[in-house]
Amino acid sequence: MKTVLGIAGAVAALFLTIAMFGTAGWTRPPLAVSQNGYRGTGMDQVESRADAIAVKAENVAPAPADPAEPGGDLAGKTYENVKVLQNLTTNEFNRLMVSMTEWVSPEQGCTYCHNTENMADDSLYQKRVARRMLQMTQHINTEWKQKHVQGAGVTCYTCHRGQPVPANIWFTDPGPNATSGFIPRNNGQNLAKASVGLASLPYDTLTEFLGQKEIDNNLIRVNATTALPEGKGKPIQAAEKTYGLMMHMSQGLGVNCTYCHNTRAISNWSESTPQRVSAWHGIRMVRDLNGNYLEPLLSTFPRNRLGVLGDVPKVNCTTCHNGVNKPLNGAHVIDAYPELARPVVAEAPAGAAAPPALPAPAAPAPAPASPAPAMPSDAPKP
Amino acid sequence: MAMLSFEKKYRVRGGTLVGGDLFDFWVGPFYVGFFGVTTLFFSVLGTALILYGAAIGPTWNVWQINIAPPDIKYGLALAPLKEGGLWQLITFCAIGAFCSWALREVEICRKLGIGYHVPFAFSVAIFAYVTLVVIRPFLMGAWGHGFPYGILSHLDWVSNTGYQYLHFHYNPAHMLAVSFFFTTTLALSLHGSLILSSTNPPKGEVVKTPEHEDTFFRDSIGYSIGTLGIHRLGLFLALSAGFWSAVCIVISGPFWTQGWPEWWGWWLNLPVWR
Repeated sequence: MKTVLGIAGAVAALFLTIAMFGTAGWTRPPLAVSQNGYRGTGMDQVESRADAIAVKAENVAPAPADPAEPGGDLAGKTYENVKVLQNLTTNEFNRLMVSMTEWVSPEQGCTYCHNTENMADDSLYQKRVARRMLQMTQHINTEWKQKHVQGAGVTCYTCHRGQPVPANIWFTDPGPNATSGFIPRNNGQNLAKASVGLASLPYDTLTEFLGQKEIDNNLIRVNATTALPEGKGKPIQAAEKTYGLMMHMSQGLGVNCTYCHNTRAISNWSESTPQRVSAWHGIRMVRDLNGNYLEPLLSTFPRNRLGVLGDVPKVNCTTCHNGVNKPLNGAHVIDAYPELARPVVAEAPAGAAAPPALPAPAAPAPAPASPAPAMPSDAPKP
Repeated sequence: MAMLSFEKKYRVRGGTLVGGDLFDFWVGPFYVGFFGVTTLFFSVLGTALILYGAAIGPTWNVWQINIAPPDIKYGLALAPLKEGGLWQLITFCAIGAFCSWALREVEICRKLGIGYHVPFAFSVAIFAYVTLVVIRPFLMGAWGHGFPYGILSHLDWVSNTGYQYLHFHYNPAHMLAVSFFFTTTLALSLHGSLILSSTNPPKGEVVKTPEHEDTFFRDSIGYSIGTLGIHRLGLFLALSAGFWSAVCIVISGPFWTQGWPEWWGWWLNLPVWR
């Protein structure tokens, strides 16, 4: 009996060891490292050279379409029911439509959004969503230009990557099935979810931190701002939620914590890198997009496009970034499509009770009395 | 320093690895030997370089003195003295001094005709240090991955290097190392208290034997590892702690670049419950 147990144990250990070493993710030198702190602080981005090449190859921006021939009537006159792009010339309009098809529905073609019997028809929900997404793109490229997307800008392809539904969208995570007989009391954590990099951290932090537009601007900040406690402070659970969000941001951007923070004083702006300022605005941008552009589409989307709890698909950092710190390797995708960087001209689309697109919220100082980080002159101010 | 009457018989010639009789002498209680000289040379030079580094640095605050490794851009080349070159020289001196000390221990073992357990154990500590400042930086392609020499600065490096892998407590080798460190202290405290308990009986009673020590643990947990065994166990635990510490950092970077929580994907993906 003892021998049998011993052999069984050894076999199990052997298989587990093989599984351990066979797991995906092991790499080997040579590495591609970039330093983003003073020497010896350990503020470095670490990846293997092979991974770096692979990630770069996966995030190449598509070649822009040939420029439209100048002149001609405005699309708003040529076509019926043009509500967002009516000030483009017909040639520009058609060029953009062809590009959008390449970006979003290359396999499905025009019919993904349009009734080809009557292109002006709004009966397909995809068309109504696409119209709102065009406004969102213009909103990002104008209101969030200085604060987040800079000269690179975004097009439909930044998120869609040739798929009608972007790969990295998210829904509120309802957690374990409450009808199984056991009432789950996991405090919303310990499930090794991909949303927090398989850690035991709270897995639905996105809903709390990124799902709403009107939230306490200091919700994420958990570190004390005074040397000695002057009040109750935030509980450890709040810190874990923040940690969960930070896991998401790291993974979405393919960077580690030290890309933005000097972890000896994570909350301290003066010791953080300039990238943290972009990230700070990015969080607000995502809230703005979810709250003002995606939530209002609730009645437009069919049920099968909604989450388990009936919520709309939402964006997070990964939706655009797709695992790289600068989406599409930082290509200035907007240069060839200036029409996507014009101020939003139209209001909400028909069929959706959407509020008008609000300008990006004015950024308050991230923390009272914290000194601004040293930034290059072209970086956004906090 | 007075020599104890019986000490003289241990002060025998020979056993040296290098230098023959040249350095085979004692200064007071200390055996010198060739490696005693090299230990002194490297430690004095290294300390002097640290003092020089502090002198050209911004502070004499002992907590904040920082001698940082070079920028990553220097790769595995030598860096200018004030931009990490000092760190490289100090690292060289430190390794020279540590290895000299270990070899001096070897010579003493040879003189006494005892095993090499002490220098071997010390070598594991040296191995952990060399892993941090030579092996891992070499694998990662830059000396800049070594840790800086400074009381607070090296802690900052530990923090940031841990956060490079998002959550270092998920590193399996780190888990092993931490467990071994704690188990080492547990074993040492059990052993120390057991010895003191048998050598400090109540007033009027005689000092107890190892039989009593063994019986205490047989009664309490059903097994006693024994008088020699506890030292084998202690050495194993302590060396394992140092060894797995070295492993946990050398795999972080060269062989694993993601967050450590993700490493556990292999467990989640076992065909049993996937």
